Amino acid sequence: MTQKRCKIAVIGAGPGGLSAAIRLAELGVEVIVLDEKPAAGGQLFKQIHKFFGSEHHMAGVRGFEIGNLLLDRCRELGVPILLDTPVWGIFPGFTIAAESEGETLTVEAEAVIAATGAGENALAFPGWTLPGVMGAGAAQTLVNFYRVRPGRRALVVGAGNVGLIVSYQLLQAGIDVAAVVEGQEQVGGYMVHASKIRRMSVPLLTRHTVVSAAGTGRVESCRVAQVDAFFAPQEGTEKEYQVDMICVAVGLSPAVELLRAMEVPMCYVGELGGHLPLHNDALMTKREGIFVAGDISGIEEASSAMEEGRLAAVSAAHYCGCVHDVHAEKEKIQIRKSLAALRSGPFGDVIMKKKQTIFGRFRNAC
Amino acid sequence: MPADLQRYLLQPGVLDIPRMQEDGLYPSDERIRKGPIAVLECSQEIPCNPCETACKKGFIEIGSDITALPRLDPECSGCGLCLPRCPGLSIFIVDGSLPGDLASVTIPYEFLPLPEVDEVVDALDRWGERVCDARIVSIKRQYPRDLCYSIKMEIPFSQVHTVRHFRKKRTTGEGK
Amino acid sequence: MDSDGGTLRITDHPILGPMPPAGEVTIYFNGREITAREGETVAAALAAEGISAFRTTVKRKESRGIFCAIGRCTDCAMTVNGIPNIRTCITTVEENMRVESQEGLGEWRINRNGDDTETV
Repeated sequence: MTQKRCKIAVIGAGPGGLSAAIRLAELGVEVIVLDEKPAAGGQLFKQIHKFFGSEHHMAGVRGFEIGNLLLDRCRELGVPILLDTPVWGIFPGFTIAAESEGETLTVEAEAVIAATGAGENALAFPGWTLPGVMGAGAAQTLVNFYRVRPGRRALVVGAGNVGLIVSYQLLQAGIDVAAVVEGQEQVGGYMVHASKIRRMSVPLLTRHTVVSAAGTGRVESCRVAQVDAFFAPQEGTEKEYQVDMICVAVGLSPAVELLRAMEVPMCYVGELGGHLPLHNDALMTKREGIFVAGDISGIEEASSAMEEGRLAAVSAAHYCGCVHDVHAEKEKIQIRKSLAALRSGPFGDVIMKKKQTIFGRFRNAC
Repeated sequence: MPADLQRYLLQPGVLDIPRMQEDGLYPSDERIRKGPIAVLECSQEIPCNPCETACKKGFIEIGSDITALPRLDPECSGCGLCLPRCPGLSIFIVDGSLPGDLASVTIPYEFLPLPEVDEVVDALDRWGERVCDARIVSIKRQYPRDLCYSIKMEIPFSQVHTVRHFRKKRTTGEGK
Repeated sequence: MDSDGGTLRITDHPILGPMPPAGEVTIYFNGREITAREGETVAAALAAEGISAFRTTVKRKESRGIFCAIGRCTDCAMTVNGIPNIRTCITTVEENMRVESQEGLGEWRINRNGDDTETV
């Protein structure tokens, strides 16, 4: 068994975790980052599209370029990132228990920033378990990070930003997209993403969903149908597509198991992905010393994860007495302003409101 | 979803150009006939402003509230520096001043294989339907480290508001 | 669109560029020799071979394969070097690695000392 020690431990080496670690290192705080994957960067390296936002938010920079920038900075600052190191428990004190090379590894820390991200939701329909049915993000990981086509022709289910962006990237990877189906009346993602695939002749069927998939050993075909406002398939509207992939883009859910095991109080906010840790505007949970950043605190995007990483870092550093009250407040205000800018406009409205709801519940909870 | 997110949309992904022209968000036909100009087909208030910083002449205005839709000064010369900078790939350069009632449209292109200059391709509208033939005029990269190509194609002027993508012609015998 | 002559590997890509060179790693899938790329995961190596069924379920013996590809769902679990329930989507290939389709919850094929008693 190996034992390590640091001031603040960061779980998750995605944009949230790396941004937190960078800020902590810049503030002179001893930090260790742990991640279960063999490579750092979270979901950044599969994102080959350009980010939106402002220059400060790295607008116009592709996701994987941002990943490289973050890792370069970590290297510059000497931030230790332990890869292939799944954390399986956080114990009071705090002692973080993880596995490294078949052995137990523990990390003692005064505070923890949980930046474990999220997982893709599944959609149940006859044939949903056939190989070839996968998360849209999974297809994105395979084509953009591993450069492998998991099939030749896909149906994409869900026209939020993930479904639309992944459809475009499947086309870039030489995979045909038979159609994108969206159960709601309107496309949920940015219209510019819908435009990109529409002008490439990809049918975009709103008020439609997949009703079944068939095949021997893997997906070979699927059927979609029009649905009513209650998502009930309408008779006589079925269409069949010959596909060997069905990419399901029906939302993400925060990865909260570690915190649940620690009995960190959760709350349920559907618009932000479901169950997530109750937290305040300094990103502290109801367990003193445990902070959150990124998708674990509510499904958003990499840009907000990076800002939240910084915010959690400042809050955690302040909590540990490493940063002056005044400095901490000043920086937190700055970061909150930046987050508000990212969350401005009609798309960000819901997120702003729901975050305020969470902060309110935090205040009222005992 | 709030009504204004759909204000400039006929269908998901398909813009209502006359409405955008009315609101000053798309250049007039008259201006297009004079020479190259950028068209910023950005119709929703998303926090985003790389186009503003991309224009060296300051012809694109968004302002301090970065959700504002970009406004283009008609003095724009259609140089194309902004085109690859849009994360939404929604900037195009149109030029209605070509002789013979032709026009050109330059589109952002992030696919392989690239076409060839002088190749005749199927010009597609925003629905992905073929509306006419187009001749590839030029294939360029504006920035050495940006992999988004700017591809200019020649089309009839009547399609200048419509053509926004192309597809290589299928040779006989090739199925889909 | 597919200019790679039938391979499932993306040898050239408009944004990622040409496939960078990588060392070769030999792994075995149910005894079948597969050449994988150094640094890739078992799941990616299998997907590149067109293999999508990684295991079968306990009750109905139905096929399962990659679902999330980031280690969260465990649908890609297989028996690797004698140890069952390995999330192949976050396990890097190693020379002579033995990857086996797993039936149900799998069986431990290593003895109590952790020695590998199986031979290829």
